[in-house]
Amino acid sequence: MTEIFGIPIQAFLGQLMLGLVNGAFYAMLSLGLAVIFGLLDIVNFAHGALYMVGAFFAWIMLDKWEVNYWFALILAPLAVGVLGVIIERTMLKRLYGLDPLYGLLLTFGLSLILEGIFRDQYGVSGQSYPVPEALQGATNLGFMVLPNYRAWVVLASLVVCIGTWFVIERTRLGAYLRAGTENSKLVQAFGVNVPVMVMLTYGAGAALAAFAGVLAAPVYQVAPQMGSNLIIIVFAVVVIGGMGSILGSVLTGLGLGVIEGFTKVFYPEASNVVVFVIMAIVLMVRPAGLFGKEA
Amino acid sequence: MRPQVRNTYLALLAIAIVAPLVGLYPVFVMKLLCFALFASAFNLLLGFTGLLSFGHAAFFGMAAYVAGWVVKTQGWTPELGLVAGALSGAALGLVFGWVAIRRQGIYFAMVTLALSQMVFFFCLQAPFTGGEDGLQGVPRGSLFGLLPLADDTTMYYVVLAVCVASFLGILRIVTSPFGQVLKMIRENEPRTTSLGYDVDRYKLLAFVLSASLAGLAGSLKTLVMGFASLTDVTWQTSGEVILMNLLGGVGTFFGPVLGAGIVIALQDMLADKAGAWVNVIIGVIFVVCVLAFRRGVVGELLAFIERRRVRA
Amino acid sequence: MKMKKLFAAGALAAAGIFGAATPAVAQISGDVIRIGIITDMSSVYADIDGQGGIEAIKMAIADAGGAINGKKIEVIYADHQNKPDIAATKAREWFDTQGVDMLIGGTNSGTNLAMAKVAAEKKKPFIAVGAASSALTNDQCTPYTLHWAYDTTALAKGTGAAVVKQGGKTWFFLTADYAFGSQLQADTTKVVEANGGKVVGSVRAPLNANDFSSFLLQAQGSKAQILGLANAGGDTINSIKAANEFGITKTMKLAGLLVFINDIHSLGLKTTQGMYLTDSWYWNQSAETRAWARKFFEKMKRMPSSLQAADYSAVTQYLAAVKSTGSDDPEKVLTYLKKAKFNDIFMKGGWVRGDGRVIHDMYLMQVKSPDKSTEPWDYYDVKQVFKGEEAWTTKAESKCTLWK
Repeated sequence: MTEIFGIPIQAFLGQLMLGLVNGAFYAMLSLGLAVIFGLLDIVNFAHGALYMVGAFFAWIMLDKWEVNYWFALILAPLAVGVLGVIIERTMLKRLYGLDPLYGLLLTFGLSLILEGIFRDQYGVSGQSYPVPEALQGATNLGFMVLPNYRAWVVLASLVVCIGTWFVIERTRLGAYLRAGTENSKLVQAFGVNVPVMVMLTYGAGAALAAFAGVLAAPVYQVAPQMGSNLIIIVFAVVVIGGMGSILGSVLTGLGLGVIEGFTKVFYPEASNVVVFVIMAIVLMVRPAGLFGKEA
Repeated sequence: MRPQVRNTYLALLAIAIVAPLVGLYPVFVMKLLCFALFASAFNLLLGFTGLLSFGHAAFFGMAAYVAGWVVKTQGWTPELGLVAGALSGAALGLVFGWVAIRRQGIYFAMVTLALSQMVFFFCLQAPFTGGEDGLQGVPRGSLFGLLPLADDTTMYYVVLAVCVASFLGILRIVTSPFGQVLKMIRENEPRTTSLGYDVDRYKLLAFVLSASLAGLAGSLKTLVMGFASLTDVTWQTSGEVILMNLLGGVGTFFGPVLGAGIVIALQDMLADKAGAWVNVIIGVIFVVCVLAFRRGVVGELLAFIERRRVRA
Repeated sequence: MKMKKLFAAGALAAAGIFGAATPAVAQISGDVIRIGIITDMSSVYADIDGQGGIEAIKMAIADAGGAINGKKIEVIYADHQNKPDIAATKAREWFDTQGVDMLIGGTNSGTNLAMAKVAAEKKKPFIAVGAASSALTNDQCTPYTLHWAYDTTALAKGTGAAVVKQGGKTWFFLTADYAFGSQLQADTTKVVEANGGKVVGSVRAPLNANDFSSFLLQAQGSKAQILGLANAGGDTINSIKAANEFGITKTMKLAGLLVFINDIHSLGLKTTQGMYLTDSWYWNQSAETRAWARKFFEKMKRMPSSLQAADYSAVTQYLAAVKSTGSDDPEKVLTYLKKAKFNDIFMKGGWVRGDGRVIHDMYLMQVKSPDKSTEPWDYYDVKQVFKGEEAWTTKAESKCTLWK
């Protein structure tokens, strides 16, 4: 059988596929973070916790009210979006105009609070969330067996990512948003309610995190620490991609998934740290990230 | 400094000196002093130079391992262990600083985070650290080969002496012309450059000084506790030292010390009351500090006194 | 002047905070038998020991009568949050100022090793229950450490040997890349090869990796019969889930090298059926264990893990030793324990070896399929019993200086 870089081509394609699956997930997760930073200048450290809350929401809905996965995909982001709006209104609003590092520290504190509460209520072992019936089973792609659910994750992520990018970069709403955060007084003078837009933007970012959480629930255990394990990596993705650029985050997320996938084959011990190596290199060469605009 | 301030510090020093004799548990206070030193070292970078590093645990933890290793396996005396630790902090600081200084603000913080994660990875893998088990069984030895440190009270006075000397050192740095330039950089960097100062050089030097003192704190902690572990190099520890500074008062002299005291005391008290509420409480403190208490305890206190003075 | 007063007040307040927080050196209380347990109560290992472990100890104290010769028995506990710093500081503080007579080590090997050193320094008995590292009775053994429940050697010898004998000759390891995982893989490899099996490959995943699909794909490519999981906690759970998802379990059998009943409960029988694992105890083995387990269930609403049963056993035997010798003097109690035979719900005919290792039976279990399980928590079939010294480190392999 033919080999590429010393591994059989079957295995190579399999790892590539898996890398893309993970990459789509990273892209999805970093999307919300990029939106919030790009438009609001807030480094949202609570993103991981909001992702976790989304996953738990889906689990609680199934466990207590027998609401299935498909409804959860819509309801969980809505609920967490509302939570995001509340956070913005009561706390983040007071920090605008200050050094963005305060926003980072505040959201870091929030993530500790959320994680602590869920840990106290649900313990640490995590809960199982079943794969929805329509997506169970796997397809034999020839070079590997791919679970259908993972294919769905890729699809859903790509749709949401492209959709969000479109809204922000190509629609009027997106234009208002971008203008409003650059020069809020001027835009307000035109009759656009900037504070409400900002509030809704944070809520939307939170909702995106929760959506990723629901997508993740059947794959990873739904546990309070699921967010904090991921948040650092997601941050690195956003920083590499360029903190203001949504396209940058999405492409970097996908790229990182693939690179990580190959690291797992050739030097698996390093697969958790390769993202940081890349981040350090990128920041040395292109300080604002791959797609970022120079500050 | 003003006589009132000096007298306060002297009073605190007096309390610290008599502490073991009046029944305060020496090991706990020693741990507190080590973290107070760590927090003060961090303050040198954040409060006085204006650079937020998210990777200070790397200097603290790496030095903890280095000091532990030379004392345990190479049989070095404790003061040489401290020197080795501080030097490793300096070396690591030089590397980190050289890479990170080119960037500003959030990007600077992220680069330091990335680099410290790499250090964590190294410590996880390297055989000499003992990995998950940690580097255990580090003896306290004898200071200069003469004074045995096994007794907690003797060790306490040695630790106190080292910390006080370091604090005086930091004070000296901050009030020196060098320190003034650092403050200028924090206030207005472009202007400092236009005045002809090589800003990057100053920043790098501040970084290296901060890192070596953090390393000294880590080595001291290894000698006190008798082991070094992976917890010392995690990003959560980096977060903890930021909290200590935020809580105590960034840019004040005593703030980080007080902040360290509160955080360590809280962790200790809450360890007995089980559960995840430790994290929730620390999270709440973060939130409250950022929203209402940005100057930290000491900062708010100083501002309050200033207002009273103006009115009076 | 007002300024001076304000500063003085500030200084006193600061001193007050420190004073209130630091424990004063109390009298060593000779009137109470105080048992301390430091374990993970809020993090990844909280379910297998944690609050349940403390309950088990309370049950042991109650079953011993609550007092011995007029001296009340008490238990205090602390959460080390998986930080050896906190564990060691607390242990030291308890021995110095709280008059703790005996310390129990909960989960996490790093914390146990640190606590063992403190206990040896203070010359007090330390019973490691939750930790896996065989170093506790090997190169880091002390006269004061007793390792009660299980260790990495026993897990390796148990699962490794038994699975090969059951027909699983070719192995592939999925190992968590840290000291514990590597140790587990190394120990198991030795045993597998000694029994005629072969290790065809392995892959090391970073600790707390999120996604195991890539590693599992490599495992599948190796065409081995057995997938050895040399990891613990969340990593084990995630890798088992992924193995199911990718259909690995159709062609390979899973051998979990460190799995507790709480992990099975969390994953469910559908996902874990057929998996092999070694453990030191199972609640559904005899009428005696069932009775005790149901009492535990009433309090905790879940069945006890082997560690929680071991907590009960350790305290029960310690208290029996105190009663027999009439004192809580460490030397007397340890001498008694090292000569005694242990019979309780956790073990029959257990005894302490020269290196501090408590010798008792270990069990190879296989996870039942959902249709064979008669009630919740009825998860295991006991496939093989390792009697006496069969499962533990041999003298030839040991580096413990006390046991030569």
